[in-house]
Amino acid sequence: MQTVPYRLVTIVAESTVRDRLLSAIHRLGATGHTMSEVRGEGTRGGMQGATWERPSVKIETIVTVDVAEQIANHVAENYFRHHSVIVYLQDVEVLRGSKYAPQNEEA
Amino acid sequence: MLDILLASLLSPVVLAFALGALAVAVKSDLEIPAPLYRALSIYLLLAIGLKGGTALSETPLGEVVWPVVGTVGLGMLTPITAYAVLRRLGKMDRTNAAALAAHYGSVSAVTFIAAVTVAAFAGVPSEGFMPALVALLEVPAIIVGLLIAYARGERAGSWQDAMKEVVTGQSIVLLLGGMAIGWIAGKEGMAPVEPFFVGGFQGALTLFLLEMGMAAARRLRDLRSVGVFLVAFGIVMPLLHGALGVWVGGLTGLSVGGAAVLGAMVASASYIAAPAAVRVGLPEANLAYYLTASLGITFPFNLTVGIPIYLALAQYLGG
Repeated sequence: MQTVPYRLVTIVAESTVRDRLLSAIHRLGATGHTMSEVRGEGTRGGMQGATWERPSVKIETIVTVDVAEQIANHVAENYFRHHSVIVYLQDVEVLRGSKYAPQNEEA
Repeated sequence: MLDILLASLLSPVVLAFALGALAVAVKSDLEIPAPLYRALSIYLLLAIGLKGGTALSETPLGEVVWPVVGTVGLGMLTPITAYAVLRRLGKMDRTNAAALAAHYGSVSAVTFIAAVTVAAFAGVPSEGFMPALVALLEVPAIIVGLLIAYARGERAGSWQDAMKEVVTGQSIVLLLGGMAIGWIAGKEGMAPVEPFFVGGFQGALTLFLLEMGMAAARRLRDLRSVGVFLVAFGIVMPLLHGALGVWVGGLTGLSVGGAAVLGAMVASASYIAAPAAVRVGLPEANLAYYLTASLGITFPFNLTVGIPIYLALAQYLGG
């Protein structure tokens, strides 16, 4: 079985920033994502950050080390100050590695 | 007025609200699943739109023009009065005052429905086209509130995204869309869907209010952080705006019931459309302030005591 090292970026965020986050991670080079609605509590309180009727979202995307860093920096710069957002990175081994690399624009 | 107040307090809708609050107070494991809550809110908004559109198709345009003008005017004026009170009397910072102004200028659809029910019960039914006014009152105030904030310096949020949230939010899409459907289909065309959208309405509303009671009670946990001024603001501001709404309603030719309902609409504070837009446009504003005030204080106040007061005022002015 041929596996390739990549990074899994997980972002847990209040629903109000969902669409902006999604367009940003794709702009930075993610080729796909998985999203789920989640509930929880953090330093900003349980439902504090979220509009009360919409649950928070967890966005997961597998990307290259380079893209992972760009996404993490983007989230940190734009959302940490005022929004309920966390982001973390993990090393993962994936099958079919080429799926997750950003499209080469010259190709 | 006392009998109206009593009947309003003892209606299934208000009692369900109280039950929801009680469930939170005793830490019951009662929980309305989020998809059910969302389905109910879609049902209620579409039902109001359909009803308004059907009525609008039978109303001469001349009857609607002045109430429309009055409503849009109120929608632009009330965020400014709320802002002025918050800044001058409350000494609140600009960002939070603007955020609250957007909420108190905008409207709560559930307060509107409750007012329609109470007015009908009191024998002074409101005009059928009132839902059109709800859609008109919802948007301008949020825009004015955000404008106040954006006119005074750099903001962390996005103006474009906030506007998109205001104009394409589910409540506007369902209210206006429902009105278009009702207007096009007319009374006869609506007959087949009436058992579902009219017959089930009060029952769905009761279930919805159960969740609202729980949501309002949960917000009250933040009461200590919002302070005495905001609690007083959440009660006094609706009374002032409500009186203004009743007066303008009478001036623009609405019936006694219509003026009372317009009063309740103007008195109410948004807790769905406005928070969503403000969170996007003004993320630096404190969410605990605006949600606790609009949902935890003003909504229960209007639902129980406010609406009968606006009705009595409309009867006094119009009678």
